[in-house]
Amino acid sequence: MIIRVTVNGTEFVRDVEPRTLLAYFLREHCGLTGTHVGCDSSSCGVCVVAIDGDRAVKSCTMFAVQADGHEITTVEGLAQGAALHPLQQAFWDCHGLQCGYCTPGMLMASYVLLKHHPNPSEPEIREALAGNLCRCTGYQNIITSVQQAAAEMSPQPVEA
Amino acid sequence: MFPAAFDYLPAHSVDEALAALLKHGADARILAGGQSLIPAMRFRLARPTVLVDINPIAGLAYLREENGALLMGAGARDFAVEVAPFIKERYHLIFDAAAVVADPIVRQSGTIVGSLCHNDPAGDWGVVALAARAEVVVRGNAGTRVVPIDDFLIDSFTTAVGEGEMALEARFPTPNERTSGSYQKIERKVGDFATAAAGVQLTLSADGTIAAAGVAIGAAGPTAKRVVEAEKILLGARPSIAVLRAAAAEAKEISDPIADTRGDIEFKREMAGVLVYRGLLATLKRLQQGELH
Amino acid sequence: MAMTTDPPVQERHAIGQSLKRKEDPRFIRGAGRYVDDIVLPGMLYMALVHSPYPHARINGIDKTAALAMPGVKAVITGEDLVNAGLGWIPTFHGYDKQMVLAVGKAVYQYQEVAGVIATSREAALDAAEVVDVDYEPLEVIADPFVSMRDTLIIRDDRENKTNHIYHWEVGDRDKTDAALAASEVQIDERIEFQRVHPAPLEPCGIVADMSGGTGRLTMYLTSQAPHAHRTVVSMVTGIPEDKIRIVSPDIGGGFGNKVPVYPGYVVATAASVILGVPVKWIETRTENLTCSGFARDYHMRVQIGATAAGNITALKVTTVADHGAFDAVADPSKYPAGLFGIVTGSYDFPTAFTELDAYFTNKAPGGVAYRCSFRVTEASYAIERGMDMLAQRLGMDAAEFRLLNFVKKVQFPYPSPLGFVYDSGDYHLTLRNALDKIGYKELRAEQAEKRARGEYMGIGISTFTEAVGAGPSKLFDIMGIKMFDSAEIRIHPTGSGIVRTGARHQGQGHETTWAQIVAEELGLDPQNILVEEGDTDTAPYGLGTYASRSTPVAGGAIALAARKVREKAKKIAAHVLEASEDDIEWEDYKFKVTGVPGKSITMKEVAFAAYTNPTPGSEPGLEATFYYDPPNMTFPHGAYIAVVDVDAETGYTKVRRFLAIDDCGTIINPMIVEGQIHGGLTEGFAIAFMQEIRFDAAGNNLNTNFTEYLIPTSLETPHWETDKTVTPSPHHPIGAKGVGESPNVGSPAAFVNAVVDALAPLGVKHIEMPLTRAKVWHAIKDARAAASAPLAQNGATHA
Ligand SMILES: Cc1cc2nc3c(=O)[nH]c(=O)nc-3n(C[C@H](O)[C@H](O)[C@H](O)COP(=O)(O)OP(=O)(O)OC[C@H]3O[C@@H](n4cnc5c(N)ncnc54)[C@H](O)[C@@H]3O)c2cc1C
Ligand code: FES
Ligand code: FES
Repeated sequence: MIIRVTVNGTEFVRDVEPRTLLAYFLREHCGLTGTHVGCDSSSCGVCVVAIDGDRAVKSCTMFAVQADGHEITTVEGLAQGAALHPLQQAFWDCHGLQCGYCTPGMLMASYVLLKHHPNPSEPEIREALAGNLCRCTGYQNIITSVQQAAAEMSPQPVEA
Repeated sequence: MFPAAFDYLPAHSVDEALAALLKHGADARILAGGQSLIPAMRFRLARPTVLVDINPIAGLAYLREENGALLMGAGARDFAVEVAPFIKERYHLIFDAAAVVADPIVRQSGTIVGSLCHNDPAGDWGVVALAARAEVVVRGNAGTRVVPIDDFLIDSFTTAVGEGEMALEARFPTPNERTSGSYQKIERKVGDFATAAAGVQLTLSADGTIAAAGVAIGAAGPTAKRVVEAEKILLGARPSIAVLRAAAAEAKEISDPIADTRGDIEFKREMAGVLVYRGLLATLKRLQQGELH
Repeated sequence: MAMTTDPPVQERHAIGQSLKRKEDPRFIRGAGRYVDDIVLPGMLYMALVHSPYPHARINGIDKTAALAMPGVKAVITGEDLVNAGLGWIPTFHGYDKQMVLAVGKAVYQYQEVAGVIATSREAALDAAEVVDVDYEPLEVIADPFVSMRDTLIIRDDRENKTNHIYHWEVGDRDKTDAALAASEVQIDERIEFQRVHPAPLEPCGIVADMSGGTGRLTMYLTSQAPHAHRTVVSMVTGIPEDKIRIVSPDIGGGFGNKVPVYPGYVVATAASVILGVPVKWIETRTENLTCSGFARDYHMRVQIGATAAGNITALKVTTVADHGAFDAVADPSKYPAGLFGIVTGSYDFPTAFTELDAYFTNKAPGGVAYRCSFRVTEASYAIERGMDMLAQRLGMDAAEFRLLNFVKKVQFPYPSPLGFVYDSGDYHLTLRNALDKIGYKELRAEQAEKRARGEYMGIGISTFTEAVGAGPSKLFDIMGIKMFDSAEIRIHPTGSGIVRTGARHQGQGHETTWAQIVAEELGLDPQNILVEEGDTDTAPYGLGTYASRSTPVAGGAIALAARKVREKAKKIAAHVLEASEDDIEWEDYKFKVTGVPGKSITMKEVAFAAYTNPTPGSEPGLEATFYYDPPNMTFPHGAYIAVVDVDAETGYTKVRRFLAIDDCGTIINPMIVEGQIHGGLTEGFAIAFMQEIRFDAAGNNLNTNFTEYLIPTSLETPHWETDKTVTPSPHHPIGAKGVGESPNVGSPAAFVNAVVDALAPLGVKHIEMPLTRAKVWHAIKDARAAASAPLAQNGATHA
């Protein structure tokens, strides 16, 4: 089936099997390997991407054909050239990552969180990121990272 | 893991979806949020050969109050319920549940109607629907039916939705000012299905006695269960510790869980009682009842 | 320079700074490169067929249907591999061999039975489903205590017809038995460390590439030890080592899981050799949890004696180890029970003895050092639980009891009764700091009030000592390869450089900390020291990263290689400064001429001179390699305190506070150390409360994916409080000890001690991990029933 998906602003027209999971579409058909896969049971969240800007989905739990005509944002779409997104900067500043495997999913879940909720408290961040597992950091520095990014981003209204 | 091959049919209207279901019969499945179906397909526990995707149908994700009920369209996702201010304000039972179903990412895709149709024995929405006395609107070629939730949830992973039919909407009666509820769930961690769960909704009459009661438990049998005897005990009673305890005991009595890695049968049955008790207590607190005796 | 009365600790140039991680820019952009990100031209995909039975004879495998499926290029069975001489591979320490694919019979559930290679992942999986295996189920032994009776021999391929694998012991049995018998107070308890799994978020995988007609095999591998893997691959396949290149790209967490060689790697490699194209195999999560290395599964009996006043007299620990169907434990060759001898912990036992018997069962093989220096976690758990049990028996405060029995600062280097020489430590200081910092007295007062109200609050202490940094070559080897590590440093003309080591990070931050060590030793900018690891073509030989050995061993190698560079630089400095080498000193990160103020040269200038103005008659350039064979292990320690509230009605435990004070010697990068501690504590928390690979009596694995093998989320994970004491290692070149595993080693006991402490008024003495709600609830119920035995009739009405 031929689909058209806009990923990080670029349109990809590809012929895919209906059973192709969005995660593998992004990784193997679009060459965007920042989106990872860590489980088969929709449990880990390392595959999270944003669809149409404001909904975070586990891209292993959606078929690529369902993204036909939609816009997907992946971790590769966060930075504007050399300029890191405040979330990326904050994860770096606050040691919000170790092995980096969960990081793209964490960033994308946080990205959508901040769209809905520009100033989340620590408990709200813990709640919002509970669909994303991390085996390395114990989450504490991830929470701090999101708080720093929120503070950085809040003076001005968020823009796409 | 990857699903077995299938044909994908995006539906752009309910009629289109029904036509596809009719055409492909038992081989076809509706794809809603996909949060139960896709994992099952990845493990090849489900192998539909045709998927009818209802996500492209415009106007199916509604969440609105009409004629004394909250109407949730088949496209309405858990997340929408979780963040809608009017739900937080009036539909306490639903609001509680929306925050503990699955995990926050899954909730951005999963639908309430899809969950009811899936009818997992440990699912949350069935419990809520029973306690709130919801109905499900089912449409097929033969027309549209409104099915009370008690008749809708038939057995594990089996509902009143027949071949060629789809569920269109869930209807939850709008609680009045003297109505509140609570959802209580024990889970091992976020993203886990319930070890035990209880949904409770109470309406008090002007004299402080209980005018209406809904009590249901989950992970306590093949489907969510109404605790009929508890409702009887509560109805007309003046809330007291003893009444609550008696109602909770009924939940424990009818709880019929399976032993699994979440716990043994004795523990789970005990928890059914504890959660009903805690749910009742929380509900009465919300109804600003003073200390109970 | 401003003077203070106390001479200040010299401001360090690079060590001790919380430098932001140099590896992060690629990860935050999604530009990390993990094994599954590698796509090679013509690459095929492999899926494995697994045995649904824990024990079954294989009467035949019919490949016909699978071969007929679209896109299928090959189906490989155990028999095919036997014919190619690859049917069996040696296990980690070389004492046993392991089937690559089941031959004759399958000996555990999910064992690999066949490999299917096809043009896509989906096609491979479709075909794997139709490989027709004729199984004849056999009787199953899933319990080591049944296995020891030898009523059924699991490994009939072995010469010795017994399920007993080996006996190991250390210490003085007679003296210990006598001391225990003479002790005024004793505990004798069973303590289990359940089977768990490291479960890094990135599963294991490989791209094996024998294409291109070069006769060279490249393996892109999730490997924590690429060089060791290269040697093993060469030994097993006969391919000369120069024809094998192992690239361990970015690794999404290892925790010991990525140390062994797994059947999937071998089959994918064989497939690439046969088909002449690259073959990719990436574990499913189920494969990861059911086939690749589990950890722990130690069933321990702990006996400790003491005087009535609370002075410990003897320790004896007797262990039954469940190794699964192959003896694939990841322990150094001479240490079949790893470093379990650390079981005397931080305490000064006059005598001790420990013995262990390992058995085969119909379960997956493994026994990896999961965020642990070879069985140190099991040992620490045993002693820290045991000490609490004894304190409870004595009616003594758990902290007081520990302070009374610690090894004292003046006793270091401390020879332990089980054969280690602890390098340094100050156990009293660390615990006292922890008690002060958490407000121990106040917490005990609060607990007393709560107990009076019938509420259950607990305080749990764990004051562990680890043995890490394996290790000295006289003691440590893996299949004969000594466990040294290496570093190669090249300084470029303009004063930047590259360091390569035989270690392989998986999130530990080597790209930053190694640069800091080099920068510190050479006075260079850490931002301009590139760190490269993981490619056996370029990195010097080393045994890899696990068992907290990177900083103690590779870190030592880096410091010493840097000092070699400095020695050479000194000659160049003398030449440039026209002074005698004897008059050159290294001070304030510069070479200075003694007694001639202002006459100095920086390393950067020396580097330029090394290439532009080399010392006549000596080698130009500025580089060095060092292979570091550490003289001893290092012994990090810590004091952890957990505060919990238990909901007696539901068995739910809330970890309200957790303080970890770690002493890992010199700290290279405090930010990274703290991050390691957060992560390790979270894994310890998971083990204590929710993680387990459990089997039913029929040998079925009950925890085969993340819906059952539980990883805590941000919501369950407690907020961690951390602090440190610093007791440098006297023998390590920079005094560092290693920290990555301490929190995982030390914390489980703190959690369990806290829960048991909370429930002590009920008479609860022990609960086995994981402390699930159901288990805690039952423990409370049973304790209450025991306390009011004649009255306890009501609970039985529904039986
Ligand atoms: C990690 C994880 C954790 C979870 N935890 C929980 C939990 O704690 N509690 C809980 O209740 N659920 C949980 N779920 C399930 C989740 O809530 C699902 O979203 C929900 O059960 C199904 O909704 P869906 O819209 O995703 O349905 P789908 O997966 O799309 O469909 C489920 C089934 O219902 C059928 N169906 C869907 N919509 C209709 C319709 N309109 N008419 C007829 N048939 C229809 C489908 O054909 C399919 O058979 C979890 C899921 C995941 C991935
Ligand atoms: S890969 Fe684990 S949730 Fe998507
Ligand atoms: S940084 Fe490794 S899993 Fe999160």
